[in-house]
Amino acid sequence: MSEMTPYADVADSPSTADSPSTADDPSTADDPSTVDHPGTAVPAIRLIGIAKRFVSRRGTVTAVERVDLVINEGEFFSLLGPSGCGKTTTLRMIGGFEEPTEGQILLYGRDVVGVPPNHRDVNMVFQSYALFPHMSVYDNVAFGLKRKSVPTAEIRQRVNEMLDLVQLDGKADRRPRELSGGQQQRVALARALVNRPRALLLDEPLAALDLKLRQAMQIELKRIQREVGITFVFVTHDQNEALTMSDRLIVMNAGKIEQLATPRDMYERPASRFVAGFIGTSNILTGTVKTMDGTTAILETGVNESLVVPEATGLIAGQQLDLTVRPEKIVLSAEPPGPGLCGLRGRVMEVVYLGTSTQYAVKTAEGADLLAFLQNASDSSDVAARGDDVYLTWRPEHSLCLGQTSGAQLDEEAVA
Amino acid sequence: MSAIAGLALEEAYENDHRPVTVHKPKRKGFLLPIWGWLVILWLSSPIVVMIVFGFNDGTGRATSTKWNGFTFKWYQNLFSISDLTTALGNSITIAIFTTLIAVVLGTLMGVALGRWKFRGAGSVNLLLFANIAAPEVVLGAALLSLFLTLNIPRGYVTILLAHVMFSIAYVVVTVRARMSGLDPSLEEAARDLGAGPLVTFFRVTLPLIAPGVSAGALLAFAMSIDDYIITSFNNGSTQTFPLWVYGAAERTGGSVPPQVNVMGTLIFAFGVIVAVGGAVANRKRA
Ligand SMILES: Nc1ncnc2c1ncn2[C@@H]1O[C@H](COP(=O)(O)OP(=O)(O)OP(=O)(O)O)[C@@H](O)[C@H]1O
Ligand SMILES: [Mg+2]
Repeated sequence: MSEMTPYADVADSPSTADSPSTADDPSTADDPSTVDHPGTAVPAIRLIGIAKRFVSRRGTVTAVERVDLVINEGEFFSLLGPSGCGKTTTLRMIGGFEEPTEGQILLYGRDVVGVPPNHRDVNMVFQSYALFPHMSVYDNVAFGLKRKSVPTAEIRQRVNEMLDLVQLDGKADRRPRELSGGQQQRVALARALVNRPRALLLDEPLAALDLKLRQAMQIELKRIQREVGITFVFVTHDQNEALTMSDRLIVMNAGKIEQLATPRDMYERPASRFVAGFIGTSNILTGTVKTMDGTTAILETGVNESLVVPEATGLIAGQQLDLTVRPEKIVLSAEPPGPGLCGLRGRVMEVVYLGTSTQYAVKTAEGADLLAFLQNASDSSDVAARGDDVYLTWRPEHSLCLGQTSGAQLDEEAVA
Repeated sequence: MSAIAGLALEEAYENDHRPVTVHKPKRKGFLLPIWGWLVILWLSSPIVVMIVFGFNDGTGRATSTKWNGFTFKWYQNLFSISDLTTALGNSITIAIFTTLIAVVLGTLMGVALGRWKFRGAGSVNLLLFANIAAPEVVLGAALLSLFLTLNIPRGYVTILLAHVMFSIAYVVVTVRARMSGLDPSLEEAARDLGAGPLVTFFRVTLPLIAPGVSAGALLAFAMSIDDYIITSFNNGSTQTFPLWVYGAAERTGGSVPPQVNVMGTLIFAFGVIVAVGGAVANRKRA
């Protein structure tokens, strides 16, 4: 378990040094412009201090701000974030459709800023698929190979292989508009992959599909990525999609990287209040550190209400702190919690039956609204009803500090 | 030629203005059908007269209003009046050159205006609109005074310049409409797959805006071969088909040689073929 680093301003040190793959990569320590050390793994994609500002008559829009990122070869890497946070702009800069205002983009160590898209070894799957409507499926897929003057026999073989891979054999003579949305999606994928790019960029490729098809395509995409072994950079605003598919992902907000992590860490150890709120459902509690005992802090969240926060290094008494607990970690009980557990008193405001689980909305004595999800494992009736007074209980290690409060950052600098 | 123009316009707006199917209620009675047929008669009578009198026997000095029997001789002697033949030749070659020049320049402009925002785009759009909206007399007179000021001798070249000038706007408008309906990521996809700017234009952009380009070409051709007013300001001693026909009627005091009817019939037939062919092609594509 990596320890919590709740105070790191992630946007200021965006390559998130505790991510194992970044730290292990020897080339990251070198000057990025001196490229390709034979024998060492050069990252597939590296962004160094990327910024993009759009200047228009109405002013300047900063779409991306100081983004540093390392994406390894063969990785399924996702960019996740709310609408307008700069995911598409970042992807388009990698593909060459936008030039960064600042910074460097290295593809396998080569700086490609200023290189047009047709001279970059990456391919893109567009959200609208952008299939050429006046060409057959075959000609769409063959387009890239023809541009590279691949011999006709080889083109035929590679296109057919690719159509097999995406399960579209037999549809080669169709026009794109004669295909369903899911099939068009596969053509777009085949058209990009047939060129054997060093990385595939996908901008919300599943957004136009309905839920069932989207879920099927998620599995399909993962299978294809495993089979071809190509680096996938995947843009989505759907957190489930990002969590289920990625090897690693970043959460972006307002043009900056909030956090880089594996899906599990992103969910279990959100580094900021924003990530905690964006990924899944989070309960956020605010309090003041009362005392410190080694690495364990006692957080006061109200009158006679305090929580034990373990592994809270670097805190000092008196500072404000945000804390998050996932709803599924909370247990409701009528009796006070046993020793060593965190517990708050509250009243059940709402009970919502969700099939596999039941959701309880509880208001604490201090007025915080918390959610708890309880699995409906047995057929016993609900553990609490509306209006009941209950204890919310969880294990101290499920409390996570969020490096968010500005006071905390100042204090951290003082400590360092 | 207006059939061509109509088709071209319909084609140009096909993308943005898909017709909405409305179920119209049926109306009984005979007054409306009779009225409808009267309108058809009224609209088609000049054309019918022209076609019929192309087959009217006679001396050939002038069209006679009397039916002298059926003949093919005007079709056989179509080119026996050399001035008329020259005028028709001028009209056709000017229309062809106008179309070629206007299509190349207009397509480039239409692509730029339909794809990008840039400084000056607004002014260009306004000028194009003004060009279409301005009365022909104004354009004709303005061009005349320009040619006089610059001391350019009027003739074939000035007619061509004038025709390119007034038809280019129509090409731009039809291409621009098509272009702005085009997903920009199609061109980006082509670039992404390794095509340079030229290959992208000829393999992706041009095929996709082709309906707009051909509509613009048809309009340019029709407007050029039709034009009387602007041409009459700038022709010098060069004659085109409309100018010659009007002049002949003036010279002879109210009649034109039967070859004019034949040529008119042929031009009309050409227009109908193009219009019907275009409509059929359209239906196939849809
Ligand atoms: N060409 C442009 N001109 C001006 N502003 C732009 C341009 N492209 C993007 N932006 C702005 O940059 C910001 C980031 O846009 P971007 O498309 O990268 O967001 P996104 O994360 O992909 O959002 P979404 O999930 O909605 O696709 C937005 O505020 C957007 O308005
Ligand atoms: Mg986007």
